[in-house]
Amino acid sequence: MYDSGKVIIGLAVFACIFLFPFLYNRGTAAPQPKPSLDTPAIKALSEKKCVENTRFMITTHMQFLNDWRDQALREGNRWYVNSEGKKVWISLQNTCIKCHSNKKEFCDKCHNYAGVEPYCWDCHYDPNGSKL
Amino acid sequence: MSMDRRKFLKAAGLTTLVGLGGKGVFELLRPGAVEAEMAHESHGHDKHHEQEAGPKVRWAMLIDVMALNKEKIEKIVHTCHYLHNVPNWGDPKNEIKWIWEDEYEHVFPDSYNEYNHILEGLPFLLLCNHCDNPPCVRVCPVQATFKRPDGLVAQDYHRCIGCRFCMAACPYGSRSFNWLDPRVQLKKEMAHGRKLNKQFPTRMRGVVEKCNFCVERLAEGKQPGCVEAVPDVMFFGNLADPNSNVRKILKERISLRRKLELGTKPSVFYLI
Repeated sequence: MYDSGKVIIGLAVFACIFLFPFLYNRGTAAPQPKPSLDTPAIKALSEKKCVENTRFMITTHMQFLNDWRDQALREGNRWYVNSEGKKVWISLQNTCIKCHSNKKEFCDKCHNYAGVEPYCWDCHYDPNGSKL
Repeated sequence: MSMDRRKFLKAAGLTTLVGLGGKGVFELLRPGAVEAEMAHESHGHDKHHEQEAGPKVRWAMLIDVMALNKEKIEKIVHTCHYLHNVPNWGDPKNEIKWIWEDEYEHVFPDSYNEYNHILEGLPFLLLCNHCDNPPCVRVCPVQATFKRPDGLVAQDYHRCIGCRFCMAACPYGSRSFNWLDPRVQLKKEMAHGRKLNKQFPTRMRGVVEKCNFCVERLAEGKQPGCVEAVPDVMFFGNLADPNSNVRKILKERISLRRKLELGTKPSVFYLI
């Protein structure tokens, strides 16, 4: 092999750089976030229930919010009838956030953990009001 | 499979015949079938047109130009801009326009009459015309702007990619582009006492926006904000209903619409 010295040193440097983040973070796995749901509005509820059941909201809220958005904005249908037949006004700003007013806990904890950055708050108001 | 020249020419000739007289061949094999199929197609189209020709709701706005004055205009613009958190950049380059004032000769450049000065100097309020045949909708490559069944030309900021085709297409200059983050300006204005309407979101940098005919208020059964602010000057109603308030007024008063020759069929009428 020509220039074996340089090649091997180069490979070693590459391996070090490549493996560094894995070795550096070894054993420090971020614990699964446990967001707190407590807000004054939720505490005041007699029955602590979102528009659909918790399991569904955890796994499907992304799709669910997109559907709400399209229904309200594109189809002009502002009422959502949930699985129990209860009518809910479709609005992120005026329905969801009325209860879930703790964005840092409720939204950011899991989104940061999962490394996702939804662009909701570029236009809708952060209920904590820090960003405007 | 082998084929001599004679057989090949026969097959080719036959195929050409079928190709040239396709309908004739079908006619030979299944008489009447093609016509029936075509008639069915066009009938289907007719049905579609009928539906389009007669919507149940078509929102329209009437502005009484003779009853407008500086004070009322200020009130209207302020109400609209407060309700929708429209920033006031104070600079025409970044200006966001939902409802604004202009002069007769700019509003109706096609009907300006140099020998008649009756309409000159009157205040005209401009906003999105919510055209029946909106050119902005036709050019939008992502269907971010679209016409709702009730005639509103809506804008979906989630989908807008900021290409500004709609701004080029709109003959009324009703659309504005957010060159800068509107929240920056809103924050500055808030420092000087401006209030935000927390029921309605802001926009972000890079999207086109315009008057939405207060679609969020219509959904709640309310009138548009501007109409509510000056109910004696502006009227809002259903153009498709012959007994509606707007149709009654239009029957009695002379009204103008902007650039009718373009065929956009605006839904905003100026009463004079």
